[in-house]
Amino acid sequence: MDSVDLTTFNRLKETNPDVNTCIACGSCTATCTAGNFTEMSFRRLLLMLQRGKEAEAKKMIQHCMLCGKCTLVCPRGINIRKILLDITR
Amino acid sequence: MNQYIFHPFVLPFVLGMAFVLTYCLVGLVRVISQLPKDDRQKFLRSLVTPKTAWANIRDLFGDCLFHVKIWKRNPILGYMHSAIAFGWFMIIVIGHVMLFTLKPLEGVEVEGFARTFTNFYYPIFYKHFAEETPVFAFLMDFFLIMIITGIFIAVVKKVYSGVVGVKHVTKFGFADNMIRFALWTIFPFRLIAEKTDIMVFWWLYSIDLMIFMCMLPFTRYMHIPTEALFILMRHAGLNAREPRKGYALAQIYSCPSCGLCIDACPMSVNDKKSGNTSAYFMKKLRNADDAEAKRIAETCLMCGKCVMVCPVSIESCDIKFSQRAAIPYNIICDHSYFDVISTEAQRSGEISVTEPQVIYFAGCMTQLTPKIMRSMKQIMEAAGEEYEFLDKDGGICCGRPMMLSGKVTEAQAMIAKNTELIKKSGAKKLVLSCPICYKVFKDEYHLEGIEIQHHTQYINELIKNGKLKVNKGDVNYVYHDPCELGRAFGVYDEPREVLENVGNLRKAKSEKELSICCGGSLGSFNLTQQERDEITANSLDDLMYNHPDEIVTACPLCLKTFAKKSPVAVKDIAEVVTDQLIN
Repeated sequence: MDSVDLTTFNRLKETNPDVNTCIACGSCTATCTAGNFTEMSFRRLLLMLQRGKEAEAKKMIQHCMLCGKCTLVCPRGINIRKILLDITR
Repeated sequence: MNQYIFHPFVLPFVLGMAFVLTYCLVGLVRVISQLPKDDRQKFLRSLVTPKTAWANIRDLFGDCLFHVKIWKRNPILGYMHSAIAFGWFMIIVIGHVMLFTLKPLEGVEVEGFARTFTNFYYPIFYKHFAEETPVFAFLMDFFLIMIITGIFIAVVKKVYSGVVGVKHVTKFGFADNMIRFALWTIFPFRLIAEKTDIMVFWWLYSIDLMIFMCMLPFTRYMHIPTEALFILMRHAGLNAREPRKGYALAQIYSCPSCGLCIDACPMSVNDKKSGNTSAYFMKKLRNADDAEAKRIAETCLMCGKCVMVCPVSIESCDIKFSQRAAIPYNIICDHSYFDVISTEAQRSGEISVTEPQVIYFAGCMTQLTPKIMRSMKQIMEAAGEEYEFLDKDGGICCGRPMMLSGKVTEAQAMIAKNTELIKKSGAKKLVLSCPICYKVFKDEYHLEGIEIQHHTQYINELIKNGKLKVNKGDVNYVYHDPCELGRAFGVYDEPREVLENVGNLRKAKSEKELSICCGGSLGSFNLTQQERDEITANSLDDLMYNHPDEIVTACPLCLKTFAKKSPVAVKDIAEVVTDQLIN
């Protein structure tokens, strides 16, 4: 566990505290336009970051079209679109 | 008697005037040199094209002097501003006319350079040097009094803005407050000086003018000279490509910080300072406060209401766009999966016509509100249309959200794919349910020979040509104008005609181009859910003004946003029509 690099996730937690409120319900994944054609899944993306798999997460984001459906359906009101943009900043 | 018409009190004015003229000339050269080459040519050509030249003259008078747009919005403010601007202009013009008709003090002959130098200040201080004819005296006094009445309203507005119908005013810093005070006192000083000829007042008048001229480039009053340039550039059809250069710079300095956009901005309900509004955005850009400008650009809902109410017609949304494009997101897009998508795959399992007349693109947001899709299907079937779904099982995004984040190039992949699919279908008409899609399809797609309609227009057409028969029910509806359908394309009448056919239409408090964003806009990246909810509540209050039974909208995103908070049922226009179908 100690070898896991959480820099990105910790930075994300500071700029977007709402990532902490995710309940991993998967609504975002179920509704994702890109997820219809690829493995894109925001729920999994957060998990990846929590496990320090930053490169994989960033690769996944490449499929995103920023359409914002995930943000709309999130029961916790997490601003997912902004988080996706912030990860790559 | 002096040999020249001169008194030392003219010097402060002369200095101030020389400074401001030099500054404006340098600024003009700077802005024009910053324009991209093709824009510069376009701009110079527009100056000699009769059509744009006429529009230039019309707006230079209409906007800069008479402030027609402010008059239309608020007559008291219109009078206030045009009294000051037009009055001042007339005083300068009449002063110069007198220059050629009035003889200066007898026995004084001024020639050559001295003559030119005298002409520079003579119309401003003529009363000290010469007696004018009664007609001129009357005209000069008339316009001076007109200016002073305008200033009186301005002072009242400063003390209590509610009197003139303004809720929020822009907060100014030291420089802006000081120059405003200088402006307010110039004309009373002139009046007293002219009537009494007391030297102190001539000095105060001249010094006030100097303060005004010297501070002008560093304050909001820079809008006076810049607006003229901006009008010319606007008519040339330029686009702001960079947030602080060329055309955008001309717009930044043309913003008078009047604050009319503050009352209009839906985000003003979030905080009393309204720091997210366009007036402050332009101010941050002017002060080169990059971080804040970027933050506001990313927070804005892009509803376009500020652009609609702006008396100067500053295209602040375009500048915010270019500001967003300047933010380095490092998303490398990989949209290669688009390749597998084909119309054939989309058609899977669906019995479809070989040559559809109409192709229906629901879009991402409509996929989230399947009742709109079902209603549209029902309507098209009832009307006997030969149609096909482009994205029945989920297509790709239209590209507008990607463009909203400033990533114009990346959006091209989606635009190209959708264009390919639509063209392949062979349909002659594309029907969309989502105004967000409608905007990008209209602006960015090249679909020659294919008519693009939003479903409000489409349904209205079906009812009009008798293909769709509906009952007139007795439900009282209020219609919410989605920003990207109304303000962007002026589709105000079609949805209202449809609703008149199926029920009774009641008015909202703010309608059509003044409609308030639902708060759900994809334009904003930063707004929190709570802030969005406040905007939604405010917009709902406005819609509920005449106690309708149901709220009707024509945007799936507005529908979803309102449905969460509305005290009455919220429906899409397609659902309402389906409820009243006869066949």
